[in-house]
Amino acid sequence: MGRKLLLEHANVPGIETFEVYRRNGGYRSVEKALKTMSPQNVVEEVQASGLRGRGGAGFPTGMKWSFLAKPEGVPRYLLCNADESEPGTFKDRYLMEKIPHLLVEGMIVSSYALGCNQSYIYIRGEYMWVLEIVEKAIAEAYANGFLGKNILGSGYDLDLAIAPGGGAYICGEETALIESLEGKRGNPRIKPPFPAVKGLWGCPTVVNNVESIAAVVPIVNDGGAEYAKIGIGKSTGTKLISACGNLVKPGVYEIELGLSVEEFIYSDEWCGGIANGKKIKACVPGGSSVPILPANLITKTAEGTDRLMSYESLAEGGFATGSMLGSGGFIVFDEDQCIVRNTWNFARFYAHESCGQCSPCREGTGWMEKVLRRLEHGQGHMHDIDLLAEINKKIEGNTICPLGDAAAWPVAAAIRHFREEFEWHVTHPDEAVKRNFGIASNHMPLV
Amino acid sequence: MVKVIIDDIEVEVEPGTTILNAARKIGGDVVPPAMCYYSKLQGSGGKCRTCLVEVAAGSAADPRPMPKLVASCSTPVMDGMVVKNKTSERVYDNRAAVTEFLLINHPLDCPICDQAGECHLQDLGFEHGKEGTRYEEKRRTFDPIDIGDKIKLHMNRCILCYRCVYTANQLTDQRVHGVLHRGDHAEISTYIEKAIDNDFSGNVIDVCPVGALTDKTFRFKSRVWFLKPMEASCECTKCAGKAVVWMFGDEIYRVTGRKDKYGEIEDIDGKTAWICNECRFDKKDKTKWNIEGPRVINRHSVISQNKYIVDERLETKKLN
Repeated sequence: MGRKLLLEHANVPGIETFEVYRRNGGYRSVEKALKTMSPQNVVEEVQASGLRGRGGAGFPTGMKWSFLAKPEGVPRYLLCNADESEPGTFKDRYLMEKIPHLLVEGMIVSSYALGCNQSYIYIRGEYMWVLEIVEKAIAEAYANGFLGKNILGSGYDLDLAIAPGGGAYICGEETALIESLEGKRGNPRIKPPFPAVKGLWGCPTVVNNVESIAAVVPIVNDGGAEYAKIGIGKSTGTKLISACGNLVKPGVYEIELGLSVEEFIYSDEWCGGIANGKKIKACVPGGSSVPILPANLITKTAEGTDRLMSYESLAEGGFATGSMLGSGGFIVFDEDQCIVRNTWNFARFYAHESCGQCSPCREGTGWMEKVLRRLEHGQGHMHDIDLLAEINKKIEGNTICPLGDAAAWPVAAAIRHFREEFEWHVTHPDEAVKRNFGIASNHMPLV
Repeated sequence: MVKVIIDDIEVEVEPGTTILNAARKIGGDVVPPAMCYYSKLQGSGGKCRTCLVEVAAGSAADPRPMPKLVASCSTPVMDGMVVKNKTSERVYDNRAAVTEFLLINHPLDCPICDQAGECHLQDLGFEHGKEGTRYEEKRRTFDPIDIGDKIKLHMNRCILCYRCVYTANQLTDQRVHGVLHRGDHAEISTYIEKAIDNDFSGNVIDVCPVGALTDKTFRFKSRVWFLKPMEASCECTKCAGKAVVWMFGDEIYRVTGRKDKYGEIEDIDGKTAWICNECRFDKKDKTKWNIEGPRVINRHSVISQNKYIVDERLETKKLN
């Protein structure tokens, strides 16, 4: 049984209430930090923990915090990125829904460490019921003296507010999130300057994922060194994985980083294997924006070593034979699934969600989606496959924000590993159209 | 001052200068093209990606190359930075790709477009485009929209550079003009069909790098190379009254702001030459202007066509 740091009490009845949460050891980290630690001590513990950002990029959280500019007389802000919108990723929603006080507690400790007196939780527009749950938790924290003026008599003041998003994926990009929070159209900013220097309202700002902020709680409670003992290599601690697709037991799991992918998929403790006794065909291990892995590269690397649920192991081999841990959106496809259809589905999402600011992303994602749509509907040509690969190369790395890369990588990997399937769509157009996935595909107009 | 090398040419610039402006200090074909950057518009740049350059060395202190191409209009130079623009094949390839992307939804209707001869995308297409296109899908089309009684927007030609949006935001006091929708559905529009009602709204036409925004008092009246651009001034209470009048014989066909060699509004005596709508749209009578003399136009521009008398003796000499 893997160790749980975040979801340990998730199934305790009433854990979403302050009283039950407190009874189960809640808000200990706030007491410890505010009464016995300086803000710098908290930052040092987070650095010692080796915690890497759980939003997808995996940048060390402690290092990110250390970049925060600290000019005199200028407020600093901590923003929690709860704009979880990537297909396949739903772990933050689970955490906020089940155990909202953990996020509030993490926000208090993190804000204290960063010297922020006003922090915000930016919640995805579609998570309105989650917003209400978190809002209630914040109100309870205020009522019990954990938010507001002079928290626990420490002299530290913090106000915490929720900012609901408009339901745009791009607002999960940190600078677009800041723009949106300022009341503007959620377009990513040109960097530099980075938010750590010039963020919300021109002030130094840190933007962290829900899970990263929640992980600060056990780090402060048990110490960074203790946290660093869990995991493998530079992938320390536990990670929430949202597993979906053709699995016996899809769901949100907290794993210790370093668990083998094989065990995660097939063990009864976790996903319980592939549904209906089918074989695995492919896996997207870190949310829809990361490269897809074919069956032979899911549980083993190209070198033949065991593939582990860690930042390093999943990336082993680069994009040629590896992928990324990303946000932990673990999507599994069985042998009956169509890779072209799935790739088109992802491309449709990114084309729809591109903010439209920069030319390669705006035009390129739309172009890819249309070509994939034709291929899936039996109207593609053989040269379309190379065209897709080329559009990909011209988007990747040339855009303002990583959405361009996120759109390009899945398509590039799908062609790299499943080219014959794309070719089959060209050579067997009638059969491609006739397949029935139980989805009304013909409702999509071919324009 | 910091030293930077662009295409093997060293230049000294103020700290904080962008790569693009450092290149502009050198001039010539070292200067990357820019469709969305406009020095007079705060916040512009970084979007079109035509100005991407390769940074072969980040700085003297950290000479590592930057892994990705960077937008020269928004990247500040560092002391000892080495930049490749025309000397980089990677830059050329990516610029050609951006040109292809921009031409996906921009019609090549230069023969009927008002901007022909002054269009930055036309230049970019000439230098980086191909004779054919690989885009087989249906293109997006729009009906032209009237933005007020003097400006016409034809979204078919718009490349979403945002320049007009910044102009409207900075020169007008009401935010009624912006971008709607996302991705390749994005379009420029006025908020709930409101017109931009401001004395300086006509400047959105001057900043448009393509022919999406046109002057209805001039639209389709003449090709620019048939007209003579003359520097002119007038007494105006709203603006500096310094403009360019485009004449055919004694008749003024159109009035525009004075633009520098990069197509941006000039600074005159420390003030920008944004012109008011009255000067632009209503003063088409020659007596209302003090015509100062012919505007200096780059001889390579199509606008210079037939404007220079070739000295046959010199031409003969050159040939011999």
